[in-house]
Amino acid sequence: MQTPAPTDYVRATSVANAIALLEEHGEEARLLAGGHSLLPMMKLRVARPEMLIDINDLDELRGIKVEGDELVIGAMVTHNEVLESPVLAEHYAIFREAEKVIADPLVRNRGTVGGSMCQADPSEDLSAVGSALKASVVIQGSSGSRTVPLREFHDGPYTTVVEPNEILTQVRVPIRPGAGSAYEKVERRVGDWAVCAAGSFVVVSGGVVTDCGIGLTAVSAEHFCAPEAEAFLIGKAPTDENLREAANLAAAATDPSSDQRGPADYKRHLAGELTFRALKRSAAASQGA
Amino acid sequence: MQISITINGETVTRDVEPRRLLVHFIREDAGLRGTHWGCDTSNCGACTVWLDGKPVKSCTVLAAQADGHEVKTVEGLETADGLDPIQQGFIECHGLQCGFCTPGMMMTGRALIDENPNPSDQEIREAISGQICRCTGYNNIVKAIRWAAEAEASSEVNA
Repeated sequence: MQTPAPTDYVRATSVANAIALLEEHGEEARLLAGGHSLLPMMKLRVARPEMLIDINDLDELRGIKVEGDELVIGAMVTHNEVLESPVLAEHYAIFREAEKVIADPLVRNRGTVGGSMCQADPSEDLSAVGSALKASVVIQGSSGSRTVPLREFHDGPYTTVVEPNEILTQVRVPIRPGAGSAYEKVERRVGDWAVCAAGSFVVVSGGVVTDCGIGLTAVSAEHFCAPEAEAFLIGKAPTDENLREAANLAAAATDPSSDQRGPADYKRHLAGELTFRALKRSAAASQGA
Repeated sequence: MQISITINGETVTRDVEPRRLLVHFIREDAGLRGTHWGCDTSNCGACTVWLDGKPVKSCTVLAAQADGHEVKTVEGLETADGLDPIQQGFIECHGLQCGFCTPGMMMTGRALIDENPNPSDQEIREAISGQICRCTGYNNIVKAIRWAAEAEASSEVNA
């Protein structure tokens, strides 16, 4: 039987209250969102917080909306809400494509966007999606809030720039008219972590790529992205040859490890192939194909 | 800490440790053994119940998180009119062998039909993709859920 070690539990009544509770209880406190990473880690004693601050009552962290030229996703939005969001689907197919292959429908009913981002698992899909879309996150502390690009968010596996007395409140994604996007994942079985996954957005205008983003997960790409591959594509026609070259550059930006999900060279091959497929579909969607 | 959870319409109030998992609250504190406790790692889905109308894995929710909320378990499916069509479907289509996964499968199947009264086989398979059955090979579970959907559709036409 797996059960967490003894801990205390309190429900935050507002974001400000959650921050006050974090300051009061220090580093031994953890925010409890969907709980689908934290509770399993607590059962394994990998995490052993003395105080859980439940933020499920905070409606201010829920909801998906458009603000100006940005999509704003609340930290407590669940995976299922992302999957079913018409406004996200309207702007970026990548959200629906990625969410369909994140965990399973039951886990998606509990797991949250903010929780996934802050867990910062090196095989996490939404981190790759956010990095591909060059999203940013809003982090709030007692002295105010700051906005951090997702490509500066991760300090390494499972670690982010969120301080122990701060809370991630939003993910913000720039809206790009005419962008096409896609997500490609290889997993051993339904619901598993990726062996490798790649996501992208592409804007094609006047026959050339004018903007693009590439995200990769599970292959140790720094900040889940491949900036050199993106730079290569800008100003070039989205031909198979150019997309393939960009995909090769993306694969070169990875540093996968051999493990039970496969050998490193296979994962690097996947990084290139999946990036190519994602770019090709993104470019086709941008051109209305 | 003292918590109150409404399970199948009845409020259960108990003094529990904050680390108490919802599945254990349901089975041990509320005494409802229909919900099965399986892998403990949110993989198998045997412990699936509804929390505020949505199917969740109760091994990965704290009982404290359900304080003040509504839970529905397999015991809550049957009504005064008899078995829920999802239960009847598992009988008609031989949707179980050992029966360990069945309560969770029925809770997910019921939720799916509520949301999508005419699911395709593919949609049924996706809906139960977070649950493991080691006996049936899933075919009869898919048939059972489809049987329930069709039975409901035809009874609504006749009504």
